Parts: sequence; C-alpha cells; structure tokens
Amino acid sequence: MILQGDKIVKQYNHKGGRINALDHVSFSVNKGDFVTVTGPSGSGKSTLLLSLFGLIRLSSGTVMFDGKRIDNITDRHLTDIRKKSVGYILQSFALIPYLTTIQNVMIPLALEKIPVNEQVKRATEILDYVGLSDRKEHLPRELSAGQQQRVAIARSIVHHPQIIMADEPTGNLDPTLSLEILEFLKKINLDNKITIMMVTHSPIAAEYGTMKLHLNDGKIVNQKS
Amino acid sequence: MTISKLVLIELWKRKSQLITGLLAITLGIAVIVAIQSVSVVSEQNVARNLDNLGANILVLPQGASIDDYYTSDIDAPTLPMDYVERILTSTIAGVDNMSPKLTRRVKVGNQSVVLTGILPKSEIASKPLWQSSGLLGAQLKTACAPSSSANQSHGMEDTKLQRKAIDTLYSEDCLVGSQVAQRLKLSANSKINIVGKEFKVVKILSETGTVDDDRIFANLKDVQTLLKLENQVSAIEIMGCCNAISEGLLGQLRNILPDTRVTTIGQIVSTQIETNQLMKKITLVMLIIIFFVGGISIGNYIWANVNERKREIGILRMMGADRSTIYKMFLLKALILGIAGGILGFLLGTIAGVVLGPYLAGIIVKPLYLYLLWSVLLSVAISLAGSLIPTYLAAKFDPHNNLQED
Ligand SMILES: Nc1ncnc2c1ncn2[C@@H]1O[C@H](COP(=O)(O)OP(=O)(O)O)[C@@H](O)[C@H]1O
Ligand SMILES: [Mg+2]
Repeated sequence: MILQGDKIVKQYNHKGGRINALDHVSFSVNKGDFVTVTGPSGSGKSTLLLSLFGLIRLSSGTVMFDGKRIDNITDRHLTDIRKKSVGYILQSFALIPYLTTIQNVMIPLALEKIPVNEQVKRATEILDYVGLSDRKEHLPRELSAGQQQRVAIARSIVHHPQIIMADEPTGNLDPTLSLEILEFLKKINLDNKITIMMVTHSPIAAEYGTMKLHLNDGKIVNQKS
Repeated sequence: MTISKLVLIELWKRKSQLITGLLAITLGIAVIVAIQSVSVVSEQNVARNLDNLGANILVLPQGASIDDYYTSDIDAPTLPMDYVERILTSTIAGVDNMSPKLTRRVKVGNQSVVLTGILPKSEIASKPLWQSSGLLGAQLKTACAPSSSANQSHGMEDTKLQRKAIDTLYSEDCLVGSQVAQRLKLSANSKINIVGKEFKVVKILSETGTVDDDRIFANLKDVQTLLKLENQVSAIEIMGCCNAISEGLLGQLRNILPDTRVTTIGQIVSTQIETNQLMKKITLVMLIIIFFVGGISIGNYIWANVNERKREIGILRMMGADRSTIYKMFLLKALILGIAGGILGFLLGTIAGVVLGPYLAGIIVKPLYLYLLWSVLLSVAISLAGSLIPTYLAAKFDPHNNLQED
C-alpha cells in the first residue's frame, strides 16, 4: 500500500452555503497501480487529487503515504514530500512561460538543490525519453500542445517520484495526442514502477486504469481493480 | 537551474517593466546625491578659498554676495576705487593690509577664464599716501603681532604666500593659474591675448586647489582699462588686526563706506554653515520622502509582479518549493532592483552635480565615490523594506487557488 485515504471530507464554504466536495471518501492504492479517477464535472475529482498531498487542506479524514500519516503534518513537511516523492501533471501543462524546455524540466532538481551539471545530465536524459531532445531551448509558447504536455511529463518524473498525480492530462489535447500521452504514462508506469493517479472524464483514458475510482457528488460510487 | 537564475531570467525577460519599478527610487537617490555632492564641494571650496584669501575682512559692493565674488559674472556689481583711499585717509586704526581687486569672467579664445586685476605690493608701496599711512609698514604689523603670526602659521605654504604677496606685476604681464595654463596650453613667457590685449605670461602659479587655479592675474590698472571699468573694483580684501575687529573695526569701515557690504570671514563662514545646515535639513526631508515614495513604489511594483505570477507561484509550490523559496525569489529581485537603483541614482545624481554644479553654485563638483556605497545601501534598504509585505503575501498564497485553470 502506497497511498490510502480514509473518510476524507472536504467542505468548501461558498456564499454562505457549504459544499461537500469530498464526502467520506475512502480508497487505497498499491505501489505500481495506475489509478484512474472518473466522474461527472463537479464531482470532486480535482479536489481529491490536489488535497492528498496538501495543495488543498482537508476538513477531516486521514491520509497515509508510504506508511506514514500525512494529513496532520506541517505545511513544510508536506511541501518536502511533494518535492521529493510526487510529480504533478495538470490539464493546462503548468509550465513556467519564460523558461526553456530544459530549464522547466530542471526546476524540480533545482528545488532539491542538485548540482547544475547533474541537473543538465538528468534533464537531457528525460527529454530524450519523451522525445524532445531537439526542443531543449524552446520556450513553451514555441511548442505544440502535445509537446508542452510532454515537457510537463518530463518535469513530473525527472526527480524520480514515487507517485504521479495527473489531473486531466489529456483534457486539452486532440484524440491522437491524447493517446500518445496516455501511452507515455503507461510506459512510465511500467518502466519505472511509478504509481500513477489520473483524473479523467474520458472513457478511453479511464481504460488505462489498473484500478478505477468513480466519484459522484463527492462520494466514491464504484471502485474496481 | 537555480532559484537565483530563475530570478535573473524573469528579470531579464520583463526588463521593460523594470524602468517603472526603478523610477522613483533612482530619481530620489539621484536628487540626494546631487544635493550632497554640490554642497559638500561648495563647503570644501569655501573653506579652502577663505583659507587662501589671507584676508579676514571683505568690502563688497552693496547687494553682492560671496558667490558673486567668486563667480565674477559679467554683471557682478563693482565699487569705486576711491574707497581704498577713503579707508586710508580715515583715522581708522587696525587695517593691516589691503588689496583691491577687480574680477571678471572673460573669454580667451573659446575658453572662459576669470581675469583678476590686482595691485602688486610695489605699486602700493610707491603711493606716497599709502606708504605714509603705514599700510605695509613694520609698525602696524608688529602692533598686530599676535594675529598676524597666527595667520602666518596657517598660510605658510609657499603657494599661498606667493599669491598673497605678489611683489611686482608690471603692465602687460600676467600670472596664470595652473588650471588655466593647462586648458590654454600656456607656459612661462608665452603670449596670450585677453580681450584684445596682448599679455606676457611671467609665471604659471602652482596648483592651490582653489578658484585661483582657474584665474589669470594681471595688473589692476590694465584690467580696469581692458574691461572699461576705470576706477572700479569688485572687492577690497582687508587684513584687519584681530583686536581691532573685535573693537569695532567693521562698524567704522561701514561708517565711512555706507553703500558697501563690509563683512568678516567669520560671517561668511557662518552664512555658509547656515546654508549647509539648510541643505542637510532638505536632504533629511528628501531622505524620508524617498524612503516612503521609493519604498511604496517598489512595493507596488513587486505586488504587481506577485499578482502577475500567482500561477507560477502556485506551480512552484506544487512542485515542492517552500515558502522560503518564494521569499527568496522576490526579495532577491528586490535586492537586485535596489542595487540597480542605487547605482543608477548615484550616476544620475553625480552627473547632475558635475554638470549643474558650475552653473548653479559656480563650483567644480567632483564625484564622491563613497556616496556610491551609501546610495546602494540606501536603495537596497528601501527596496527590501518596500517588498517585505508583498513577498510575505506571495508566500502565503494558497497554492491550489492559484493553480486553477482559467
Ligand atoms: N475553491 C473552491 N471554493 C468553493 N467551491 C469549490 C472550490 N473548488 C471546487 N469547489 C466545488 O467543489 C466541487 C468539486 O469540485 P472539483 O473538485 O473541481 O470537481 P471536478 O474536478 O470533479 O470537476 C464543485 O461543486 C466545485 O464547485
Ligand atoms: Mg477538475
């Protein structure tokens, strides 16, 4: 077991009312799983994905990661776990606009204060792996959507995380590019035994899951593995 | 990749925005540096010039200021030469030495120099009237022994003595200050044409570090004729006996020279001190204003930058950048802005001082390099202080809200 949620609750206060974005969600993920999280829009998928490592603070419930409770630790601690063990991929790519491809990929290594020559070596390898060796010095706006998402993938794995959290990684891509990205994630999952948790509303993408969570209205209504 | 490098790349990519961020602080520092460099130099200059004067009383035309005396503009007022005689024929005691001068800024070739007409000792001595009054006589000197010897111990350097006591200076001869000599490439025995009259350079005076270096000295009579100011002088420098001054020499001089300004060096110095104190107060007020205006302007710039980069901050926090990394990002940027503002402000202010100093204060301003250090320190302090709040808020941003897609 690498990641486990137990009775997770997240309430948003919104215009006087309360929204139960996550309503007693429990699940567990094994190391090497490719988890897909599906559900209608507004069902709480992003909230779940982002709250597990502290990007959103939970209202209640417990989260275990790698054998330790992480729902009640300090922000500094959670930040450290994200830095060392988690890679994020978002629908909007979330690249830093003024940095080149290779500079973007080196950011997680820079945050870990890895020496620059080592950073260059590892970023170059990873860019090779995602097929962007010839786009190292390009800025994000000089790349196509599919290429930008491959930069984001490279960035999410360059620091050898234990888990990748992907929020609709193919949401902005056409079907062919989506398949390419999904194949990539599958390859990463198999090659490196990196656990993947991927939110998607595409049934095709959901088929990649070795374990499937389906959310509705903040509750898990279906769990298959 | 390092966070510092990221800061530099971002700064460079948005360099046009820098100008607005830096404007207030740069101008502020520039104004302070300009005021300071002018007033410091003017202070030094006045002190040095007074020290070099060798006189302790100045008789100036009514309405003339000490600045007129030094800048010698074309329209500076004059007083009649007869006043010298008036002093001599009076019964006033305690006038130890006296030197009437006529000073004007003139063009030699295309260079502007100050021409000063002086009466050499030999000429004063040749006037029977003056001689009889004992102006140069030993008896007066001894009468004032304490003050003269004190004065001499001050002005012992040859350069000063040589000018204070020019024994002979014949018509059509001139003495040239070292700066003028350099600018006009003059040496002893060369000829020089001043306002249409040929002069022979008898000597290049050695450098004194005062306005005298920028002057040409000629016989008073020649200068008066040349400038068509027959029998006029700009000032009469008087070496008064110290005791006599405290016993009312000034009042006596004012009585016989009612339409002049009789002033002591002490008064001039205290006026200058007052001016300097005023300048210091203005500088202090400027400092406070700049601290607030500069600080707020930099803070505002950083706050705009923080808002523009909310998403980027969210992305970095998502990837595991802690709050101190966010502090570092923005404070480092503020530090760089501060250094840049300090250097630019120093350069701008120094250039303004050097260019405007001669115009506004009639003095040659030299860069005060120590102020570079102070400018940078001040600017960095202002910049960091102004950036603290926006940086603190940036690090407190909820990473999630800033990740949301738009
Ligand atoms: N910051 C927020 N403030 C208030 N309500 C929010 C906020 N973020 C999400 N929600 C609400 O929580 C619910 C779940 O949202 P989300 O997790 O984004 O759903 P999904 O990703 O499945 O579309 C929605 O009803 C949404 O309106
Ligand atoms: Mg979502």
